[in-house]
Amino acid sequence: MKTMLCVMTALCLFLCIGGNAGAKDTVKIGLITPLTGDVKTYGESVKNAFTIAVEEYGRKGKYTIQTVMADDRNDATEGANAALKLITQDKVTAIVGPVTSKVAIPVSEIATQHKVPTVSGTATNPKVTFSDGKRKSYVFRACFIDPFQGVVAANFALKDLKARTAAVLYDVSNDYSKGLGEYFRTTFTKGKGTIVAFESYQKDDVDFSAIITKVALKKPDLIFLPDYYNKVALISRQIREKGIRSALLGGDGWDSPDLLKIGGNAIMGGYFVNHYSPDRKDAVADAFIKKYKARHGIIPDAFAALAYDAAGILLKALDAAKKPVSEEILKALAATKNYKGVTGTISFDAKGDAIKSAVILKVDKTGFTYVTTVNP
Amino acid sequence: MEHASYIISQVINGLQLGAVYALIALGYTMVYGILRLINFAHGDIFMLGAFFAYFLISRFGTPIYLVFFATMAMCALAGYFMEKIAYKPLRNAPRISLLITAVGVSLFLEYFCSLKAIFTPDYIGFPRPFEVSAWNFSLGGIDFSFTNVQVLIFAITFFTLALLYLLVYRTKQGTAMRAVSHDQETVALMGINIDHTVSLTFMVGAALAGVGGILYGIAYPQINVFMGIMPGIKSFIAAVLGGIGIIHGAVVGGLIVGVSEVIVSAFLSSTYRDGVIFVILLIVLLVKPSGLFGKRIDKV
Repeated sequence: MKTMLCVMTALCLFLCIGGNAGAKDTVKIGLITPLTGDVKTYGESVKNAFTIAVEEYGRKGKYTIQTVMADDRNDATEGANAALKLITQDKVTAIVGPVTSKVAIPVSEIATQHKVPTVSGTATNPKVTFSDGKRKSYVFRACFIDPFQGVVAANFALKDLKARTAAVLYDVSNDYSKGLGEYFRTTFTKGKGTIVAFESYQKDDVDFSAIITKVALKKPDLIFLPDYYNKVALISRQIREKGIRSALLGGDGWDSPDLLKIGGNAIMGGYFVNHYSPDRKDAVADAFIKKYKARHGIIPDAFAALAYDAAGILLKALDAAKKPVSEEILKALAATKNYKGVTGTISFDAKGDAIKSAVILKVDKTGFTYVTTVNP
Repeated sequence: MEHASYIISQVINGLQLGAVYALIALGYTMVYGILRLINFAHGDIFMLGAFFAYFLISRFGTPIYLVFFATMAMCALAGYFMEKIAYKPLRNAPRISLLITAVGVSLFLEYFCSLKAIFTPDYIGFPRPFEVSAWNFSLGGIDFSFTNVQVLIFAITFFTLALLYLLVYRTKQGTAMRAVSHDQETVALMGINIDHTVSLTFMVGAALAGVGGILYGIAYPQINVFMGIMPGIKSFIAAVLGGIGIIHGAVVGGLIVGVSEVIVSAFLSSTYRDGVIFVILLIVLLVKPSGLFGKRIDKV
């Protein structure tokens, strides 16, 4: 008991001294991520990785970081409310997130209006940083954008899968899904492929029998499913149940352990475009993967990796800024060049988008296997 | 011939969806018949049914036939308490108060169940008790196929419907239900216990919605706490379309809504789907305000 007390007193003393000696200023950073709802595995990965990034910064950074987390439920309205709360009530200096494009688009408007630097890890729709011919100057992202992703997917379908005909099923109420579907169609048609069906569904749909029966009639070589894992799993099951054996292809929204849990055998053999593969040999990536795995027991998905990079870029810009105020951070952010991240080397272009390569992964029994890398 | 088999497969898809709508619509129609109340929380009882079945199958590994009985019992209980707590105190209040209460109960069930400690707001994969397999048929050169899920849905829907008809038209309780729907005061004078009859109606309606929830979960294996909203609205349309208060009206209405939804998605686009359903409803209400079968004779 006595020793315990001694140790505890010593610890307290040590902490006090540590606190005094450091006397760091506190900076508030907000995180907007979907912790519940239809894409909650994204949110969990992002939260885990963000926490690791902030902890690592805490050991060597200039400031003490206080984090404020907000759940957007993957809903545009919830996301906008969360952003307003973070900015006006919690008075955060900068924001990491949101994770999905449909939430990031309204949030990026708010962030730009209130002049709060925002770095999203994974929102890939072009409108997140640039819309109506105007650059949303406070918003950056650590990932490539959908026009590139659509091109990669279509070229992979044409050249590697030798698909001549393809069907696209997309969520008409989701900017990400709709945009990616259209970019895929453009490139696929340009490459002498034929889109035999371009069918939409709505956010809350669970019955896809009508459009799938329609697709079955056209017998496409390939079906492109640009949506989040929950919908993809459900649609792919119904596709296989209708006896369609076409190859399945998708985008980065597929990346979730739940894809296999809900999709089961139906999703096996499907391919998708992603931001990084954990198989990638790189010192920064290895260190992060090891740490993440030790703490959470699973290999980090692209959402975790990109959230880690987004937080890393923001924190580095914070240190580089003369003062922890929005204008200075913005200047440092815009000047980011060759940041060595988990998902590759990141530099922002004039629109605040990262220029990076994409990988193609294949779904199999063990999870996702690396197939190939495509450079921009 | 290929075109014919395409249309037939789409109609089968629509009937599968419509059968579930019919099960939910029955609850709307019975409660309306007896209390003149649109029970907006009915779609959430459907959600409860799906979740009860999910827990029974995934946590306790209950065999599927037991799942049906247990879920029906639990949903009936939920319906019973819903009526006792929320609607009974308002039995003599203006009807608008009841309607607003119903909206409140609906929101309460959705958001209470979305708490982390209850069902969580997450999307959950529904464990199918069996694998899906299909049977192919050819009739006069027209190919079509049924899956075992579709057969199960049709069989259970029509079996439940037959039971309901027996209950309503062949038992004393059913006679009491029909009598209460005609004239509550007179019926009370005849020595019929109105409270019991109303409770029974709610319980039967809720049990049917529960069955609908299980079938929906099996057919489209993903559930969440807000899953009842859209099917609830569609089934309400089905009930009004068939003539609210009429049992076979609800069934026919459900099948019409299901088939037209699928046909619109198949031949136009799913973007127009909900719009077309509402246009059909508007036309029916303009031409025949009491619904397709609305003669107000054999109401429940």
